[in-house]
Amino acid sequence: MDLHTVTEVISPASPGDWRPGDAWLGGGTALFGEPRPHVSRLLDLTAAGWAPLTVRDDGVEIAATCTIAELAEGLRGYGIVRQCCHAFLASFKIWNVATVGGNLCAALPAGPMISLTAALDGTCVLIGPNGGERRIPAAAFVTGEGATVLRDGEFLRAIHLSATALGTRTAYRRGSLHRHGRSAVLLIGRADPAGGMSLTVTAATRRPYVFRFPDPPSADEVEAALDTVPADQYVDDVHGRPVWRRHLTRHYAAQIRTELVA
Amino acid sequence: MSIEINGTPHDRKPRPGQCLRTYLREEGCFGVKKGCDAGDCGACTVHVDGKPVHSCVYPAFRAQGRSVTTIEGLAGPDGPHPAQQCFLDAQGFQCGFCTAGMIMTAVALSAEQREDLPRSLKGNLCRCTGYRAITDAIEGRPAAVTPRVGSAVGSNLGAPAGPQVVTGTARYTFDLDVPGMLHLKALRSPHAHARILSIDATAALAVPGVEAVLTHKDAPERLFSTGQHENEAEDPYDTRVLDEVVRFVGQRVAAVVASSEAAAEEGVRRLHVEYEVLPAVFDPAQAMLPGAPLVHGDKGIAQGIVRADANVVGELHATLGDVGLGFAAADAVYEATFRTPRVQHASLETHGAVGWLDDDDRLVIRSSTQTPFLTRRALSRLFSINPDKVRVVAGRVGGGFGGKQEMLVEDLVALAVLRTGRPVKWEFTRSEQFTAATTRHPFTITVKAGATRDGTITALQLNALVDTGAYGNHGPSVMHHGCHETVAVYKCGNIRTDAYTVYTNTVPAGAFRGYGLGQVTFAVEQVLDELARMIDMDPVTFRELNVVRPGDDLTAPGAHVPDLGIASYGLDQCLARMRAAAATFDEAPPGWLVGQGMAIAMIAAGPPGGHFADATVTLLPDGRYELSVGTAEFGNGSTTVHAQIAADELHTTPDRILIRQSDTDVVRHDTGAFASTGVVVAGQAVLRACRALRAQLLALTGHTPSETYALRTLDPSSLGTVSASGHFDGTPRSVAFNAQFFRVAVDPATGELRILRSVHSADAGTVMNPLQLRGQIEGGVAQALGATLAEHVDISPAGEVTTTTFRQYHLPTVADIPPTEVHFATTTDTIGPLGAKSMSESPYNPVSPALGNALRDAIGIRLTDLPYTADRIWQALNP
Repeated sequence: MDLHTVTEVISPASPGDWRPGDAWLGGGTALFGEPRPHVSRLLDLTAAGWAPLTVRDDGVEIAATCTIAELAEGLRGYGIVRQCCHAFLASFKIWNVATVGGNLCAALPAGPMISLTAALDGTCVLIGPNGGERRIPAAAFVTGEGATVLRDGEFLRAIHLSATALGTRTAYRRGSLHRHGRSAVLLIGRADPAGGMSLTVTAATRRPYVFRFPDPPSADEVEAALDTVPADQYVDDVHGRPVWRRHLTRHYAAQIRTELVA
Repeated sequence: MSIEINGTPHDRKPRPGQCLRTYLREEGCFGVKKGCDAGDCGACTVHVDGKPVHSCVYPAFRAQGRSVTTIEGLAGPDGPHPAQQCFLDAQGFQCGFCTAGMIMTAVALSAEQREDLPRSLKGNLCRCTGYRAITDAIEGRPAAVTPRVGSAVGSNLGAPAGPQVVTGTARYTFDLDVPGMLHLKALRSPHAHARILSIDATAALAVPGVEAVLTHKDAPERLFSTGQHENEAEDPYDTRVLDEVVRFVGQRVAAVVASSEAAAEEGVRRLHVEYEVLPAVFDPAQAMLPGAPLVHGDKGIAQGIVRADANVVGELHATLGDVGLGFAAADAVYEATFRTPRVQHASLETHGAVGWLDDDDRLVIRSSTQTPFLTRRALSRLFSINPDKVRVVAGRVGGGFGGKQEMLVEDLVALAVLRTGRPVKWEFTRSEQFTAATTRHPFTITVKAGATRDGTITALQLNALVDTGAYGNHGPSVMHHGCHETVAVYKCGNIRTDAYTVYTNTVPAGAFRGYGLGQVTFAVEQVLDELARMIDMDPVTFRELNVVRPGDDLTAPGAHVPDLGIASYGLDQCLARMRAAAATFDEAPPGWLVGQGMAIAMIAAGPPGGHFADATVTLLPDGRYELSVGTAEFGNGSTTVHAQIAADELHTTPDRILIRQSDTDVVRHDTGAFASTGVVVAGQAVLRACRALRAQLLALTGHTPSETYALRTLDPSSLGTVSASGHFDGTPRSVAFNAQFFRVAVDPATGELRILRSVHSADAGTVMNPLQLRGQIEGGVAQALGATLAEHVDISPAGEVTTTTFRQYHLPTVADIPPTEVHFATTTDTIGPLGAKSMSESPYNPVSPALGNALRDAIGIRLTDLPYTADRIWQALNP
């Protein structure tokens, strides 16, 4: 929709451009999807010309401005990437515009790029107003519904995924009230080559929860780990009741455990 | 840097915060539609550098230096793009508002994506079709035909507007360029109930571009109802254009009219309003208790509100026979209470209107309406203008479903036009559709029924509580209708009905497909299903023993217009289809619970108390005929049927019938396109007009009335202008029947429900257009499945609607709608035109109870509250 209060677009934007009333602009599909009466300037990151995907020996760097379509194509060999792209409620047409970074920054529980990067132990690269860089685990980037660790004037530059994480075996489960509806529960398990596994809970909870099991966990150990999630951390909205999300989380976690390590 | 649109560079620079959708429309590409303006529905799909995008969430500045293709640029020099032709051949549309986006998406699909349409089309919403016709179009299964002379009725003729719909050239409400047009935006109440103490417009008026601010001080004192009926007394007069008291969160407080939407929005933000917040009530049962806040305590019986001091707008208390005796005679008695939530129509074209003064100083309102003539009448009375100084026109309407049997914008647009003397446009946002339009009436219905072991229903008792929200538009009528055909379809001598329509401080309810029948049927058909279980009788047999038969009276408690009768009867055939469906078998995943169920519904073919239509048909100098009808076209397909009727009566082909419609200038009067009357009322007027013209033409050319072949060789130049009119007053009325069967499977581990089989049987009398009728039924089933399995408008404890986008309010997508087998009964009605009956609302009505019955059969628990989502089903299984 038209953002009528916007009077200027800074394109390309640079660190330090930000001032109150500004919004960093990725693809724009989230920003233009709701009224934003407090936004007066758009700071366009997509015009910076960052390479969408940079493959190195130690892994892949995904620019925040990498579109979902570019990710799905560039990393098409990885099943978990494809699964997480398909987890979008949004159409493949939105993939052509929406960005990986934008999905993280929107910080919705159902954001599948949050699921992907958290489950694969990604690292977020953040750039501050003075150009300084800090690194945050992707699993810690989102702190609550719509909330991230980003400070005023700071933007997400990239997410790094290690070659090791990308190469491990994963198990994926998604629950939704509707066949291709918004995710109500999205669990990803990752087999640790050394024998253990990690389990990432997203969509069901207000922020990602990652549980690490150095050794193959028993069913009870998985249950006990999930018990540490406070009941009020399960999302309560139109996309599914909390009690059901909590149940599905356990149900799918048990399936993932069986698939990966049992 | 310019933007290339369909091969032509456009140099005008977009505004900084502008999305591509509005830029393209400003450049004349009206085929790019606004369905949601939030990236969810796909109606605005275009290609940028060859890639499909949703232009409503694509920053326009980014298109600079790029190449954009819209639906207007899809066709080549040799005619339509193959995908456009496929949509035409399969008639993959009804209202057509989503079609341009559908086609732009379809042409962009890879071979792999075409293999999985449910996934590939999850970003394309259609509210009309139920998607079968769309997937037929994409997969290249044609169905439409070009009938020969004399064989139009009964053929699969495509919609006359089809070529415009698939090329993006059909003109909907806002698809026109009006020079000097102002834009209106409304300030809406943040309070559920408040008195406006003051409105300071100083800062708003200081915004550059703001031309006027309208408040209750500018509005007529006169009360009206937004609901539109031929008989105005059906709705309480409880509404003002702008009121001093606001009664729900979202009600209009004031309007700002400005030279741009941006200025109007800024003006709205700068209005300063002082409110005295008043106590509010949100629950209809609490609203009836002594001491409850009164929503319209300042009004009363004179405004058509039966008990304003108890928030009761209308009520019905009546008995047939003696239910006490009936229950005493029963071997089994079952009682349960059911609840249906608020549901939004979600027509893809939002409400809105454009108004101006024409060269004769007439007020012209172009609106997305189902009732141009009634809206003209309402405007004329509201502003004390002679009706001939008001013209109301509808373009092609982008979906209605009852939501546009309502004057929700035209009054304020008219006020703004009259105040400024300038053209004014007001187009709802999708969020305003949810917060400030109307919903289906939420019902709480308790049904108690008794039967003897031999299968005779001995008594039926109905208690309905209808929440009409803050205004009573359609409230009493929906209640009366809901409590009629739902029980009148059964021969039962002992029926008691107690029903109330009650005000609350919530978004108003209004007319919605089914008009109360769906809600009450949901309860009645489930209670009867349970009763059949209790007496160990198959539900189809139980229905067969109790339903009305030809010759039976259609009676229900209360005073009802006596012009309703069974002028054709196909319910027996519908029930036979249900029995056949129940005998089939479907495979379900291991461990899933399987069940099946059915329900029936009856609907009157037209509303009680009069529904009028005029039609005029004129021989044109080139030998074609011009047919003028008042009724609007919003995908209901009545225009197609009118062309078919006219073609056959005038012994020609439908392409030689030019239809002018939905304009108060073209005929004397038409009550409107609602209550399923497009064929049975307007069609009857068309039939009469055509027969009158045929008689005239044959007489003028010296032929006997039976020598219709002579019409093929008419020489119009020798005849001059020949014209004839037809009229129908909508009475007497017949009834149509529907039955729905579902077999479902439920995963007890997750609550997921899958429909294994869906069968619908309909008695529509003569089937005028099988393709179109199938489409109406599929669309009705799909819309009802949305209400059954997904949709609910939610209200916060403070009375605010919280489901305000399609992301929060899940409309069925391709993936959510199973194929439905559609069967037609073979009947011919003695009232309807050429034996036809109505069939636009009614397919909706048996769906929810049939699914409830199937779910009960599968899981052993009867769920009484809609919708049946996986979380609720799982919770029922794991209390």
